[in-house]
Amino acid sequence: MSKRLFRFNGGLKLADFKTGSTGQPIVQAPIPPQLILPLQQHIGEPAEACVKPGDTVTRGQEIARARGAISASIHASSSGVVHAIEKRQVSHPSGLLAPCVVIDTDGLDRPQQAPVIIGDAYLQQTPDAVRKLVRAGGIVGMGGAGFPTAVKLKPGPEHGVDLLVLNGAECEPYISCDDMLMRERAPAIIAGARVMMHALGARHAVIAVEDNKPQSMQIMAQAIRDSGAENIELRGIPAIYPAGGEKQLIKVLTGIEIPAQALPINAGIVCHNVATAEAVYRVIYQGEGAVSRVVTLTGNVSQELNLDVRYGTPVEFLLRTYGIDPALVAAITIGGPMMGYSLHAIDAPVSKTTNCIIVKQQGAALPFSNHGGTRPCIRCGNCADVCPVNLLPQQLYWHAQSRDFDKVQDFHLFDCIECGCCDYVCPSHLPLVQYYRFAKTEIWAQEREKEKSDLARQRHEFRQFRLEREKAERAARHKQKAAALQAPSAEEAELAKKKAAIAAALERVKARKAQADTKPRNVDNLSPQQRQLIEEVDARRKQNRQQQKPGPEQKNSDTE
Amino acid sequence: MWTAVSVLALLGALFGMILGYAAVRFRVQSNPLVEKIDSILPQTQCGQCTFPGCRPYAQAIADGEADINQCPPGGEAVIHALADLLGRDPKPLNPEHGAHKEKIVVEIDEDLCIGCTLCIQACPVDAILGAAKQMHSVIAEECTGCELCIPPCPVDCIYVVPAAQDINHWKVPSPEPLVQARS
Repeated sequence: MSKRLFRFNGGLKLADFKTGSTGQPIVQAPIPPQLILPLQQHIGEPAEACVKPGDTVTRGQEIARARGAISASIHASSSGVVHAIEKRQVSHPSGLLAPCVVIDTDGLDRPQQAPVIIGDAYLQQTPDAVRKLVRAGGIVGMGGAGFPTAVKLKPGPEHGVDLLVLNGAECEPYISCDDMLMRERAPAIIAGARVMMHALGARHAVIAVEDNKPQSMQIMAQAIRDSGAENIELRGIPAIYPAGGEKQLIKVLTGIEIPAQALPINAGIVCHNVATAEAVYRVIYQGEGAVSRVVTLTGNVSQELNLDVRYGTPVEFLLRTYGIDPALVAAITIGGPMMGYSLHAIDAPVSKTTNCIIVKQQGAALPFSNHGGTRPCIRCGNCADVCPVNLLPQQLYWHAQSRDFDKVQDFHLFDCIECGCCDYVCPSHLPLVQYYRFAKTEIWAQEREKEKSDLARQRHEFRQFRLEREKAERAARHKQKAAALQAPSAEEAELAKKKAAIAAALERVKARKAQADTKPRNVDNLSPQQRQLIEEVDARRKQNRQQQKPGPEQKNSDTE
Repeated sequence: MWTAVSVLALLGALFGMILGYAAVRFRVQSNPLVEKIDSILPQTQCGQCTFPGCRPYAQAIADGEADINQCPPGGEAVIHALADLLGRDPKPLNPEHGAHKEKIVVEIDEDLCIGCTLCIQACPVDAILGAAKQMHSVIAEECTGCELCIPPCPVDCIYVVPAAQDINHWKVPSPEPLVQARS
């Protein structure tokens, strides 16, 4: 690769305010009495809690499992007992509550019984197995976005990875956690980078550090030499904000401009933060999931510090520990002054993406935070000059303000990286980035609404279809029944047959009776004696009949 | 001269046949405008527009029987979208049909529910789950917030609650407008 560096459009030279916090080594922050671990500290699906209140947990134990392809597990960052799984304040610009696992720590900080330590044996593992370990370790991008690292270690079927860029630019003012990490844990970063290269199948790696961190650069260069890795290179880049943006950094290092809709992987490049590499090292070499990170505590504080903080430590606990009275705090910014957001509740915890806590005390001044009164846009065009993505911020502002969401997308709103350069240079102090964030979330909300209304339409139409079908089915049933009522049933036919048989039998009896009353035949030429005998018999018969007559008659009337 | 006449007549016959075939082959079953209007409407199926559902309202708009400002759940946004589609001037929501409200869903108080199924019959999107003499429950994901299930309930156990907000679907509020958009 050429030694030449390239330049992206615009950008700013900012005062960095980092000397205070880089003056002393990283301080181990104490473990708070209660840890609050949000189930979502990353981009993607929230993790699913796999412990219940009352369970005892150890440090590094998985307490919530990754769910879905883009997700990350959550681990207990110290030992203790699960207090509850409930909605708590989390560090998010909305100030909304989100589900968290709350752990009452026991102060013992017991590690897991049998951690899986791979060490250098990762080279014998397949890239897929390494990715699985990283996923199980709950590692996410620690530069700020929090994208699950395991996903970004997968080159994809059609893209080979040529270059791994390790981002140590740390371009935002105040933040110095990556700087301190590089100074103190350089060998771990190199080892983590080699694991990442193995998972990606990357041939080269470049560690990019802004040239305002000479100490870091020196130590990293030494660490690379010590490791004997020949395919890892350290590059100093000019400190121009936002050189730490993924696409900006790639442009600076390679001259390749990643297109609007594309990802760096399309150009065979993958970019990870140095702190992410260190976290990967800890998973592979120490068998420890994501339990802590370095956070810069700065602003109006007596001693600016870089702290090694357990995830889930409430910001309030850190403030009290380092001598800041929460009652005197006017505002807290999470992240840098350019891209950070102000924290709504002081009891929100430090999460995987919290890199910096900037405290503003009441009555104290803080650079970057004094947006004066806003004035109308004068169309000076300064914002377009500094935009590192070559957008037209004032047009975006104009259309976002008038809620013309089609127009604002025509001006490529979704390519905006929200770096805040336009905000910074605006002479009218317009909150430009807030307009862009507003427009983005509004557009997403409209898309969701549209999906939901399409679903509602489908359900309504199906319901109507179902009602129609049920009506038709009912009508068909009624018709069948009516028809069945008219036609004689088999039983009735049987009965009718029997009746007919009885009637026929009666007919026959009647006919026989009628015959009995007819004149006797063969009675001519009889002797007087014979005649007398016949008369006697006739008389007897008559007598009998008269006696019997009421009986059969009665019976006959009964049957009818 | 006769050549010209016969050529023109031939061409006329040919094109007539093509058009006639196309009219049969590409016949549009329903009015495409109704589909377009229907896709703008919010599909709450609440009937506040006085029509029994969104599609009948879309049909009425297409037929010129209804105005574009009768949909309270859609509010300004729907009125503007309809005005754009139909080339009309947007107008304020007709207050006769109700006011635009924030998104809501309904919830059944499951202790009070007697399992009468009346709300299930009223729900236009089958978002209520239950059976006769069994407890009913609302599928919040599917509920459009039309409130049609509330009047039939004999024990008044259905309540309106604001739709749940979560972090991933949070909307950044607009900064205070500095300059009123020119109208």
